[in-house]
Amino acid sequence: MSNQFKTLAVIGAVAAAVSAHANIASAQEKVTPEQMSGMEKCYGVALAGQNDCAAGPGTTCAGTSTVDYQGNAWDLVDAGTCESMELPDGRMGSLEPLERDLPA
Amino acid sequence: MNVDQSTFRAAILDPALATPDGLVDPAGRTAGKRFDVYRNNVVVSLSRALADAFPVIRKLLGENNFNILAGHFVRRHPPGSPLIALYGAALPDFLTTFAPVQNLGYLPDVARLELAMRQAYHAADATPIDPAALQALDPQHLPMARLSLAPAVRLVASDWPIVSIWRFNMADAPKPAMAAETALITRPAFDPELTRLSPAGGRFVATLASGRPLGDAVDAAARVDDGFDLAQTLGALLAGGAITSIRKE
Amino acid sequence: MLDTSVHPAMPPAPGVGYKPQHFSDIMEDAGPVRWLEVHAENYMGDGGRPIAQLRHLAERFPISVHGVGLSIGGEAPLDRDHLARLAHLIGWLQPARFSEHLAWSTHESAFLNDLLPLPYTEATLARVASHIDQVQEALGRQMLLENPSTYLAFAESEMKETDFLREVARRTGCGLLLDINNVFVSATNQQTDPRAYIAAFPLDRVGEVHLGGHDEQADDHGAPLLIDSHDSPVVDPVWTLYAETIARMGPRPTLIEWDTDVPPWPVLAAEAARSDAVLSAVPVDAA
Repeated sequence: MSNQFKTLAVIGAVAAAVSAHANIASAQEKVTPEQMSGMEKCYGVALAGQNDCAAGPGTTCAGTSTVDYQGNAWDLVDAGTCESMELPDGRMGSLEPLERDLPA
Repeated sequence: MNVDQSTFRAAILDPALATPDGLVDPAGRTAGKRFDVYRNNVVVSLSRALADAFPVIRKLLGENNFNILAGHFVRRHPPGSPLIALYGAALPDFLTTFAPVQNLGYLPDVARLELAMRQAYHAADATPIDPAALQALDPQHLPMARLSLAPAVRLVASDWPIVSIWRFNMADAPKPAMAAETALITRPAFDPELTRLSPAGGRFVATLASGRPLGDAVDAAARVDDGFDLAQTLGALLAGGAITSIRKE
Repeated sequence: MLDTSVHPAMPPAPGVGYKPQHFSDIMEDAGPVRWLEVHAENYMGDGGRPIAQLRHLAERFPISVHGVGLSIGGEAPLDRDHLARLAHLIGWLQPARFSEHLAWSTHESAFLNDLLPLPYTEATLARVASHIDQVQEALGRQMLLENPSTYLAFAESEMKETDFLREVARRTGCGLLLDINNVFVSATNQQTDPRAYIAAFPLDRVGEVHLGGHDEQADDHGAPLLIDSHDSPVVDPVWTLYAETIARMGPRPTLIEWDTDVPPWPVLAAEAARSDAVLSAVPVDAA
């Protein structure tokens, strides 16, 4: 991209993005009680991974059974939503891998 | 016989091992089920933490399969720190090696996305710029501007439609179609927001995040796809309160 | 004696373990609840809602910080990174109290997310006392140490838990947190008398009391095996033991713990009201 063209493209995009979001900064300054409580969202992120000092379910078998995923334990029939998504099998995926370039 | 913590730990994590000698009931008999209480506490509490932390993986695999996965994972990768809120960082790589899910190529990246959302939730607070500050710059200098991103901002690039998969499972969105998607996570207030970016949009944000100027980021994105929509990607960053400062050359 | 000079803000009144789902209820009407307890490890992130909520709550309520991950009974040295995170939290929050458990949870770089038991020996005593010294020095304040729920015993143990705790407190100057449900759970599991435990406990060291629910199961031989599950109301025998203990030592800040299957706020507030009734029946200068 030529520098002149790029500058124009950037100027235009900034103008469009800023005008679409003119009210954002002022909206973000006030924290509402609902935002503080967080109960209007249902992502579950809020409650995931809490430390506590409760004991688990006692003497159930979860901690004592050796599970064998190559045997009958792994459920291929009543699997979750992965069954309904109709995405290609990973081993046969033909997409070129993207270079990962991630912050943080 | 004395029971040291190495012996105790090993027997907690390996149900095939006997209850260590020296752990007893009130009559001095081997602790048996009493020791199993600790085995359960450890495995069940960590499995629950994992289930709460990766709701999409749980839905994709189903409850039973997820529990099997968790039973293997928590024993192989118990937390390295007491912060359960950040447990599971090793799950994406584990999924690349766990035999039963090798046909689900997207699973590790979906786990990366869920991990990134949790990290964003707990990231440091930051004050976003007023979007008008971008326009206040001399337009000729815009391509040289470097934008700092908020600590909560995360990008997860994938060959798979990971944002569509997330929305299909968590927000009743339509079935995902095959496409490479990059997840942009911002946190405008306290809740992480998920935005779907094209691979080019992802490259744009990643380039900004690496500290390079706006113009370089546009170039990098255009090399991925010259039809890249800059206004939309910049708009997502502004809407997410993701830009915290503008540094001029 | 218990050091109440530096952080005197904990009233001898009911408190509850804070859960984020109760934020709005608490801000609206906390009922009989006069203070809140939080688990230290849930507020060690860099920012976001958890920290914002805690800052907000701390403006209205005394906060007691309860650690669940320090592994004070661990054979290995204390995790310095974790101690630094704790010191940071205690530093900015300046809570009314800090407490931790007589237990271990980390060994060989694995955090097992449970309060694991210790043999009561001279070696354990020396190690626990040295770790508590280190914590109190890092935090610049007295901590409280909580009696555990136990499900088994170590054949190598040489002393009673009450003697162990008394000696730890004597050596380190720490206070104690008396969990009356844990007393009941452990006494049932060890087939000992919970009243004898209370009678032997150094009550003058107690800075806080815990109450919580438990489950009942059975061991390999059909003996009752109680599990400290914090998923249900406090049972009547524990309320009775609590009332007897309060009558003996005087009112103390009393926490209702409910960590699993957390109920709606009114259920928790009703448990707190029940402890309020017990505390109010005893004059403050009793015992």
